[in-house]
Amino acid sequence: MSKHHVTTTINGEPMEYLCEAQQTMLDVLRDELGLTGSKEGCSSGDCGACTIICDGNIVCSCLMLGVEAEGREITTIEGIARGDELHPVQQKFLEHAALQCGFCTPGLIVAAKALLDTTLNPTEEEARYWLAGNLCRCTGYDKILRAVMDAASVLRAEAGR
Amino acid sequence: MSYLDKAALKVVGTRPIRPDGVDKVIGRASFGADYTMPGMLWAKVKRSPHAHARILKIDTSKAEKLKGVLAVVTAADFPNIANEEAFVGEGPMNFRDLSRNCMARDKALYDGHAVAAVAATTAAIAEEACELIDVQYEVLPHVIDVEEAMAPDAPVLHDDMFTAGVEPKPTKASNVAKKITFTKGDIAKGFAEAEVVIERKYSTKPVHQAYIEPHACVVAVAPDGQTTIWSSSQGQFMVRAYCAKLLGVDMADIRAVPAEIGGGFGGKTLVYLEPVAMALSKKTGRPVKLVMSREEVFRGTGPAAGGTIEVKIGAKRSGRITAAELVLKYQAGAFAGSPVGPGCMCAFAMYDLDHVHITGYDVVSNRPKVAAYRAPGAPNSSFGVESCLDELARELGIDPLALREMNAARDGTKTPYGPTLTNVGYLQTIEAAKNHPNFKIPLGPNQGRGIASGFWFNIGGESSASVHVNEDGTVAVVEGNPDIGGSRASMAMMAAEVLGIPYEKVRPVVGDTASIGFTFLTGGSRVTFATGMAVTQAAEKVVEQLKSRAAAIWDISPEAVEWKDGKAFPAGANAGSFEPLSLADIAVKSGRTGGPITAEVSINAQGAGPGFATHICDVEVDRETGFVKILRYTAVQDVGRAIHPSYVEGQIQGGVTQGVGWALNEEYIYDKDGRLENAGFLDYRIPVASDMPMIDAVMVEVPNPRHPFGARGVGEVPIVPPMAAVANAIADAIGARMRDLPMSPPKVRAVLDELDPPRMAAE
Repeated sequence: MSKHHVTTTINGEPMEYLCEAQQTMLDVLRDELGLTGSKEGCSSGDCGACTIICDGNIVCSCLMLGVEAEGREITTIEGIARGDELHPVQQKFLEHAALQCGFCTPGLIVAAKALLDTTLNPTEEEARYWLAGNLCRCTGYDKILRAVMDAASVLRAEAGR
Repeated sequence: MSYLDKAALKVVGTRPIRPDGVDKVIGRASFGADYTMPGMLWAKVKRSPHAHARILKIDTSKAEKLKGVLAVVTAADFPNIANEEAFVGEGPMNFRDLSRNCMARDKALYDGHAVAAVAATTAAIAEEACELIDVQYEVLPHVIDVEEAMAPDAPVLHDDMFTAGVEPKPTKASNVAKKITFTKGDIAKGFAEAEVVIERKYSTKPVHQAYIEPHACVVAVAPDGQTTIWSSSQGQFMVRAYCAKLLGVDMADIRAVPAEIGGGFGGKTLVYLEPVAMALSKKTGRPVKLVMSREEVFRGTGPAAGGTIEVKIGAKRSGRITAAELVLKYQAGAFAGSPVGPGCMCAFAMYDLDHVHITGYDVVSNRPKVAAYRAPGAPNSSFGVESCLDELARELGIDPLALREMNAARDGTKTPYGPTLTNVGYLQTIEAAKNHPNFKIPLGPNQGRGIASGFWFNIGGESSASVHVNEDGTVAVVEGNPDIGGSRASMAMMAAEVLGIPYEKVRPVVGDTASIGFTFLTGGSRVTFATGMAVTQAAEKVVEQLKSRAAAIWDISPEAVEWKDGKAFPAGANAGSFEPLSLADIAVKSGRTGGPITAEVSINAQGAGPGFATHICDVEVDRETGFVKILRYTAVQDVGRAIHPSYVEGQIQGGVTQGVGWALNEEYIYDKDGRLENAGFLDYRIPVASDMPMIDAVMVEVPNPRHPFGARGVGEVPIVPPMAAVANAIADAIGARMRDLPMSPPKVRAVLDELDPPRMAAE
């Protein structure tokens, strides 16, 4: 069986790869491209550890095929930081101790970043529902929510609002 | 030197960013499944579809012929391990049982039990090959439920298991591995003195630790037998010990390297994959990667024990308890070794009681072998005891906190399991709960407030740590415990405090089995206590060396040198007049004053102070759906001394949330054939962000004098009270008691319907 040739954009960089038809985007990222920041926690779209942004929408990359990336813009955890400076969501996760084991963290940060791309004024309840697809077993979510709300205030300040 | 004076501390008690943090927020941290090696093969495990079956024959020939398959292993590829107790992991384990849990021999004992494994060039080929392995089974009758497994006519899992702890020694094999009892005083006398007796039965379901990272490893065995294991576990030394034993090789031939660990909670205190990958690597001569799917994690790895809790409490009308009796029946899973012992020990340890009788049964059934889960055993027994106390408080019309206060263990209380308590902070947690504003917030309709307390003894044990001064005055700390929740930060903070240098100048790493002395695994809430003690002592030894070096530079006696704020000073006017020398000043000259400055300390830490917690939970019950919403949650805990308060709070908040999941939703559901029906996060529902409110973690600090900074373990206590706290809150809200977990919406609805039968629509 021949592999499929895919041309896409990942974290702002042009990317080409070959993949099997049945390979998930998560498999491609981790096993073909060496982008192991996206984690596999369930491979059924329930845990959110593999969350990426695809054309502006959050997606569980375990539920997307590698071939579906053709012509799209993908952002993974490796593309969230602003060069050598952390994104406010990343910085606030650190300051609020919003991670313990850190395994769910990439997915949560990608999902939270996508939330704040959508709105700079989420209520705590909105943030909780937005992040309900990202399981964390360590923290009880308290510090994660504090980090996300605090990151929103930083981004609001940056936007002059 | 004592660091118990909190006001004098500069680093301990602050909230710096964890040293491994940046790697974890940019996706660079390397977890178990993130390793690869050149020439690496992918492996998959074939698992039994039967709850209980004799393995008649395994034909691997078709699988071996599939293109891309390099090796297949079954139990025949592993040494047949003798019956021998292992003291390697957390909780009881036996090398023979562990070997048979990793790869079934003769019988498959649960749905999901490993029966064979394949190594192939891709994961897809390995999976396809598993399908081609032909296993012939003779399906046997099975048993899932703990009490059914104890019945005289139950299908017996192990025909060589005779109940230990009963006289005379039984002659008939049984699923009851062990009976244990703890007695204090005279239980009959205690009940004779009682004016009120409450006797109830409660039950809990097995729940999974549900760490988000599935088990994963890469193992490379060289042709000379030298083996490197990269894996995610709670103890690299545990991995080495188990793999050496199960494969029959020397420990010196194995180097176990700890990956970052994506959660464990006790579930990664034993091995499942490493011995299998090692056998496959040995057979192929290639590195082998083996990663579980989520379904395999649920079907094949340890949940926490479930079981029944029978509680009988006698008291005076004043509320003073005169007698307490408990019978625990805990599921061990397919092999002996439930945490019924700690369940017995913790049940009444919070109370100062004269007459106690506790009986525990360790019971096997056709489920995965249970593994430790956060305070193993204690949440179950405490759910029963703390619910029963609430029933007693209601019966007597006494405030539940006042009832606990009246009976609370204090310094000098002798626990039913033996030790006498000292420096305990239970009363302080009750006091803090009483004074917390959340305790006074008025409740609305269908809302209720529940109180429950919890105890965990905490452990110390063997730990090693080394402190190395770099040539530029920065410092490396090597510790032997995988960092499961931010402990590297605590280690660096304790070292920085002792050395008197900024936290940022200290970089901690977790060493592999060849780089640091033996260290018992990460568990039992022991790391900050025991390994923290080792780090502190190693740093103190470095300080002694720094003083000697300064003395050599100044040509005075080391006793005449004082170490303060990261600098050497002459101890007084008599010592001479010298400019202070900083750690960096001394480090840069170390080559000329005696060589590298470094110290390693290995200890067996004793005196882990027990942990006490008191929780207040407010709920609202939706009478239409039976859904229970957690409105507020306040968790007060004696933490000894919080080294990094944010991560202490995090332990409390995480433990509470896991307890809420155990209380309200989580359970293993089996079909009539003994197959697990909810082996995924969709149907096994752990709490998500929208299920929880913010959690008020309240830290009470009663320093543990046996730790240099006063720390006591904090990670496990917080999961002990929540189940009863939630049940007591529901009882307060609806006026009916729920005694069987989980208190899921259908079960809450059933109770509500009983209270107020739904009216049928008029015909």
